[in-house]
Amino acid sequence: MTSIPMADGLILGGILFALGLAGVLLRRNLLLILVSIEIMLNGAGVAFVAAGSRWGQADGQVMFLFILAAAAPEVAVGLALLLTYFHHRQSLDADSVNEMRG
Amino acid sequence: MQEGLGFTPQLTASSIAHLLWLIPTVPMVAAGAMSLLKQPRRRIASTLAIGSLAFSLLLSLVAFGHVVAGWSHGEAVRETVNFTWLQFGTSNVDLGWVLDPLSAVMLVMVSLVGLLIFIYSVGYMAHDENYTRFFCFLSLFAGAMLGVVISNSLLLLFMNWEIVGLTSYLLIGFWYQKPAAAAAAKKAFLTTRIGDIFFLLGIVWLFAQTGTLLFYNGGAGSMEPLALGGLLAAPAAMGLSAAGAIGLLIFAGAAGKSGQLPLHVWLPDAMEGPTPVSALIHAATMVAAGVYLIARVYPLMQAGSLAGGTTTALTVVTWVGASTAVFAALIAVAQNDIKRILAYSTVSQLGYMMAGLGMGGVAVGMFHLITHAFFKALLFMGAGSVIHGCHEEQDVRRMGGLKVDMPLTFVTYAIGMLALSGFPLLFSGFWSKDAILESAHKWQANQWPFYMLLFGALLTAFYMMRQVSYVFFGIWRGHKPAHESPAVMTLPLAILAFFAIALGAIGTPAWPWFRGFLEGHSAGFELAKFGEPGFLPLIATSTVVVFVGLGLGWALYGNRSPRAEEQDALEKVSPMVWGWLRDRLYVDELYGVTVIAFYWWWARVADWLDRRVWGGAVAGVTWGFRSLAHFNRFFDNYWVDGGFDKGCEEMATGGGLLARVQTGRVQTYLRLLALAVVVLAAILIWSSRG
Repeated sequence: MTSIPMADGLILGGILFALGLAGVLLRRNLLLILVSIEIMLNGAGVAFVAAGSRWGQADGQVMFLFILAAAAPEVAVGLALLLTYFHHRQSLDADSVNEMRG
Repeated sequence: MQEGLGFTPQLTASSIAHLLWLIPTVPMVAAGAMSLLKQPRRRIASTLAIGSLAFSLLLSLVAFGHVVAGWSHGEAVRETVNFTWLQFGTSNVDLGWVLDPLSAVMLVMVSLVGLLIFIYSVGYMAHDENYTRFFCFLSLFAGAMLGVVISNSLLLLFMNWEIVGLTSYLLIGFWYQKPAAAAAAKKAFLTTRIGDIFFLLGIVWLFAQTGTLLFYNGGAGSMEPLALGGLLAAPAAMGLSAAGAIGLLIFAGAAGKSGQLPLHVWLPDAMEGPTPVSALIHAATMVAAGVYLIARVYPLMQAGSLAGGTTTALTVVTWVGASTAVFAALIAVAQNDIKRILAYSTVSQLGYMMAGLGMGGVAVGMFHLITHAFFKALLFMGAGSVIHGCHEEQDVRRMGGLKVDMPLTFVTYAIGMLALSGFPLLFSGFWSKDAILESAHKWQANQWPFYMLLFGALLTAFYMMRQVSYVFFGIWRGHKPAHESPAVMTLPLAILAFFAIALGAIGTPAWPWFRGFLEGHSAGFELAKFGEPGFLPLIATSTVVVFVGLGLGWALYGNRSPRAEEQDALEKVSPMVWGWLRDRLYVDELYGVTVIAFYWWWARVADWLDRRVWGGAVAGVTWGFRSLAHFNRFFDNYWVDGGFDKGCEEMATGGGLLARVQTGRVQTYLRLLALAVVVLAAILIWSSRG
């Protein structure tokens, strides 16, 4: 089986992370920011898997499973917060969430 | 009094001497009780006053009898009771009282005259609303006056002396609603105070020199030879011994109280008080206290004189007395107020007493004091009766013809007037004045006092005749008809009139009982006295003088009844001199432009000093502190506070700037975070490359 060079895997992971980060920083919609965070998590997961296959170890994949396990409740809690927030404000604009302004 | 006569003072005191303190104390306690009474309790007040003084009179008579009994046995009575009042260090201040002929005679005189005047006051003050207060003051006065008389200590005498002065002030100002009465009270108090300051200095000096203020203390008193010798040896100033200087200081006190020349101005004004007060205090007793004081300290005044000679102190007493006698008699000629005439007459007679003391000794001065007390009290009470009968009229020109309307008053007044004028042979005043004239005639230092006193006698007869003519003769010139006074007022007049005649009997040259009694030697009939060369001519001279005075008075005023608007008979002769006399020789005005003006000016200076100098200093210090405070405020506001405020401002600005970063937008934070990560990554890459 032809192995994919690790650099490609890392680049893919990096691209995914950069796309996610861009989404988090630039999007206004909180829901889409949440989606972008998922993308960033998956980018990190690609990097783990790529590293695990490079050295033939299962650790990378185990770590990816952990990330998935953590991401599931995170999405659950995040969506619940968004729903509650939407009930309050009838909006999901990230700029309106500025009550912590100094 | 005269130690050379060879009697030994008794040292043991009899029981009456031990009870002597009751004589002044009982009226004083009565006065205290009266001060607690309500105003309407009239009967209780007068009963208390008269009862307590009657008790004093009784005790005085017992004491007098005791002294007379001792004297008739040939021993001179001088009993003292002394006790220590204060002790500081090794020196004592002793007080005590003395029973000797001098104090016994005064006791009887004061309590008898006082009692008669108290009874008279019941009638005179019957309609006054402050009847109780009046008797309270009178009783206090009587107690203090009796205290002066019995004192054996100059300090105790001085204390009573001051209470007497106080009651005099209270009684002159009794009708204090009248501004004139209030002013007269103040004037009397302040003027006598001038004399009293000198008196107090004399007391202090005497105590410093002798260590005792007791008069007689078994050889250790200040009036006894041992102390007097020490006083004579101690020099003072200007050739005076301490004895002479202290004597002069004490005389200044006596002059203030007895209205002697420079300090006489208060006595005529004191007539603003009720008439019984004028009679008791300002004629009979208090003003005589000065004379009594000189008689009491006579050994001191006399100390250092050679046989038959005189001392500086006695010379001063003589000249002051003689000048006062003439001066006041002159003024009395031109007065129109019935009481003012008598007041100046009192000043004049006090001058006679002083002159008598100065030239003739204790007996001469004291005899005139006693006779004068009776006839002058009689005259004042007669004047009170006249004023009462004439509906409070005091101007003699608005009276007249009262011999018909007020016969009892007329007869008694005439007796008093003749006694005062010195009508020959019958009346006491003749004998007492004659004794003074005789001693003046014999005085070796100078003959002028004799002529002055003789002239004074002429004036006395003249002004009394003038007054009596105005009041009792001629026709009635008042508004409402006059009426006789009630018996409670005329009865004391009759009793005093009796004494005004009878007292002469104890002092005639034929039977000098009084002189013998006071001087402690026996007295018998000595008709030989009349045979002495120069004696009968002297009597004849004074008789002629009196008749000339009376005759002149009658010729000018008798039965003329001039109206008030008319010129006085003497005014027609010389309006200028009359004006001087009527205006009391301008003594008050002189004091007004000298002493009072000086005090007024001095008060202005003090006021100016207070306002400008002391006030200015205070204001300056205040101003300094105020400016300092202003500077502090400025410093605080603009320096301390400014710095603090600026610091706070900077902090706030800085905080505001920092707060800008806290937008509250999560994305902003993340952006910064991302930027930081990029920068960090760049640095890492950069450094790993290198």
